[in-house]
Amino acid sequence: MIQLDINGKRHNVDVPGETPLLWTLRDEMGFTGTKFGCGMALCGACTVHVDGQPVRSCLAPIASLANRKITTIEAIGSDRIGKALQAAWVDLGVPQCGYCQSGQIMSAAALLRRKPKPTDAEIDEAMSGNICRCGTYVRIRAAIKQATGQNGGAR
Amino acid sequence: MNAPVRAMNAPVTIANVSRRRFLQGASALGGLVLVVGTSSAVRAADPPKYGADGMPNGWVDDPLTFVSIAGDGTVTIVCHRAEMGQGVRTGMPMIVAEELEADWKRVRVRQATGDEKRYGNQDTDGSRSTRHFFDPMRQCGAAARTMLEAAAAARWKVPVSEVEAKNHEVVHRPTGRRLGYGALAKAAAALPVPARESLKLKDPSKFRYVGKGNLKLLDGPDMVSGKAQYGIDVRLPGMLYAVVARPPVYGGKVASYDAEAALKVPGVMRVVEIEGSPGPAEFNPLGGIAVVARNTWAATQGRNALKIQWDDGPNAAYDSVAFKATLEEAARKPGKVVRNDGNYDTAVAGAARRHQAEYYIPHLAHATMEPPAATVRIEAGKCEVWGCFQSPQAARDRVAKRLGMSSADVTVNVTLLGGGFGRKSKPDYAVEAAVVSKAVDGKPVKVTWTRDDDLHHDYFHTVSVERLEAGVDTAGRPLAWMHRSVAPTIFSTFVAGANHEAPLELGMGVINVPFAIPNVRIENPEATAHTRIGWFRSVSNIPHAFAVQSFVAELAAAAGRDQKEFLLDVIGPARQVSPQTLGDTWNHGESPELYPVDTGRLRRVVETAAQAAGWGRTLPKGRGLGIAAHYSFVSYVAAVVEVAVDDQGQVTIPRVDVAVDCGATVNPDRVRAQMQGACVMGVGVAMKEQISFKDGRAVQNNFDGYEVTRMAGAPREIRVHILPGDFSQPLGGVGEPGVPPIPPALCNAIFAATGKRIRRLPIRDQLKA
Repeated sequence: MIQLDINGKRHNVDVPGETPLLWTLRDEMGFTGTKFGCGMALCGACTVHVDGQPVRSCLAPIASLANRKITTIEAIGSDRIGKALQAAWVDLGVPQCGYCQSGQIMSAAALLRRKPKPTDAEIDEAMSGNICRCGTYVRIRAAIKQATGQNGGAR
Repeated sequence: MNAPVRAMNAPVTIANVSRRRFLQGASALGGLVLVVGTSSAVRAADPPKYGADGMPNGWVDDPLTFVSIAGDGTVTIVCHRAEMGQGVRTGMPMIVAEELEADWKRVRVRQATGDEKRYGNQDTDGSRSTRHFFDPMRQCGAAARTMLEAAAAARWKVPVSEVEAKNHEVVHRPTGRRLGYGALAKAAAALPVPARESLKLKDPSKFRYVGKGNLKLLDGPDMVSGKAQYGIDVRLPGMLYAVVARPPVYGGKVASYDAEAALKVPGVMRVVEIEGSPGPAEFNPLGGIAVVARNTWAATQGRNALKIQWDDGPNAAYDSVAFKATLEEAARKPGKVVRNDGNYDTAVAGAARRHQAEYYIPHLAHATMEPPAATVRIEAGKCEVWGCFQSPQAARDRVAKRLGMSSADVTVNVTLLGGGFGRKSKPDYAVEAAVVSKAVDGKPVKVTWTRDDDLHHDYFHTVSVERLEAGVDTAGRPLAWMHRSVAPTIFSTFVAGANHEAPLELGMGVINVPFAIPNVRIENPEATAHTRIGWFRSVSNIPHAFAVQSFVAELAAAAGRDQKEFLLDVIGPARQVSPQTLGDTWNHGESPELYPVDTGRLRRVVETAAQAAGWGRTLPKGRGLGIAAHYSFVSYVAAVVEVAVDDQGQVTIPRVDVAVDCGATVNPDRVRAQMQGACVMGVGVAMKEQISFKDGRAVQNNFDGYEVTRMAGAPREIRVHILPGDFSQPLGGVGEPGVPPIPPALCNAIFAATGKRIRRLPIRDQLKA
């Protein structure tokens, strides 16, 4: 039995410690907002925060996460930055299929916590681990800027 | 009536329709397998049907099917097409709400199950949803509005001419009395549905939502908060999780296997053999061994522990390097002539100069961010399916057939799709889940494809060599044009031995090129498929446009002409060209009269994109502009790409200007979004994407090998210019036509920047110093 702190609540899970957080969240606990995309930390769809840092949950074994603070997309809206990002995403119509956007927002939220007014280059660097196959990148960049109060520019 | 109500009297849902179209080689892709082998008697009897009439199960505009109104006034509108990022769950209901005079804030959307007899065609591909269902959805909303007005008039005992529906209530004009839709719903629903011909559609100038771009995406808030439900997210009580080991070579099968170690993996419960199907794959599973477990991770670990001997079958030697040479060899010899205008041989013999070039595009994978996933439960003689399906009726029929059940006993629930791009029109994964569920006594089973499954076992975009030859006059103008297109056909996945491009592939920018060139010969030599070929967003338009638009730019350069001016000259004066005179019997399934190839519209997108991009402006060293235009899915798109190539050969894209003429637009912001997304995908196709085969096996395993565009490689800016449209004219497609111009425009820009001509995609390190 491993104890996980997800979105401020403690949960006991009874799966082997090497099980990645992604599948524990999705299959064992029902937090399906965190998405599977590659299983190798190549696409960013599964990004969550662990103690405030962005982590690819598909490669994070739960044994390494006992009692660390895990935040998923389901709770990011209770954070000021997360809420601003969600609002900008909706306002600018960023999502197409929407599947990767949980991970995009989690990566963006981690960036803005570190860099409240990121430059284009900083946005590119922080976000290039997140793939969007629909190709919403120009709007993602604009939404990040809008959420920080900067001019979103052309979308 | 202000908008023409097209083909109103056509009976809905006739199987013969699609059969007829298939035998003309004109079937919509989704109808392929339903339609093989119809007798010639049927052919002779059926007049041609176009548009939604030509699709399996046609269209339905019954308001009682699509609209329901609750006592509190909440309007629920059914969306029968699949949402995969194109915004259809916002756009389709918006059309109904517009004619219904509903208040969008009080509209809810319900996703239809797969049931084409009830809803009309649901196969969401071919960029067809809006152009095929704009009229039926308008009629649906107008009929419901008419019924509400009639109910109010009856309640007030006044002539119906004195009442008017407006913003979710009906008003009695002389007295100002009002009744909300909720109060009228029950009485209205009991009234007869008005005759289609009697409906009064709104004047488009009175539209509040359609064309306005004032509504946010219906699913936006759920998509940014983790609440949106995709196929892979389905959870049912007692559900088991499965992954499948499939034959690594197309046409292979399990020779023997040992599951002992797999069954010892904690959490693994069962292994189930899935039988493949002999012959073309169609929508059948490839076969293999499923591992069933308590969660996806355990199932994957169990699969890793399987010991399987494969019988690789006839495609074990498939090798992309060798196959490229095979295609090139075919492209250098005469092949089946599919269009022949004037006399190419004579004209080319008398030409001042001759040019030739060959262009190559490898296999591509859809790589939807949500890999295929489906859940099936079988209980008391009924089967229920949940998943991300572009074609839920196909899923229903295929599952029913495999289980030996009637389709009526199979319910297919459609979730959101985490990307589709054509992959999810093929419901093989639903059939896998059905087989596994049946093997575990009908318990709910979710089959999830991992990324390597997705890249190894896709219905791949074909691989192609396009050879172009031209004879030009002394001014460099082409007098003779020869295009040999060589690519395994999609039909090979459905018909054993199919080895020529079908009319629908040739009609994607090979034969239906409307250039002002008097002598044209188009040939299609044979090509044999060695893997599962399918349709990928924009389909054959991608290689065809890449070759044609690159070659025109090469001819311009050889003539020392401006690329844009030369392209306009080759297109020639504004005129309407019948697809039939181009040898195109398909015309994207649309009527040749309603949808001729309009070179005026093609010219206009070229001019619009060029002007917006500042064509002709001076650029610093290492920068260049390139242009390309392409007609597909009955829409016209041109793109100007600006590239910067540094001295290491690194390409960045500061800006792209896209001009699109798709007729009038229902949701202009989604048109912009589709063009932006198509541009990014086109950049990926040009720069990075490639599936290659060795020893019959797809080589790329994940996003490290199958690279797609990431943020840093995406254009910094994508400006979309939508040409004004008119709702009295037929609508064009939007989801796909944005992709084809991008790779040639990008390569033409690279030529302008560096003088280096790219003829083989992906570009990767071809520009390295």
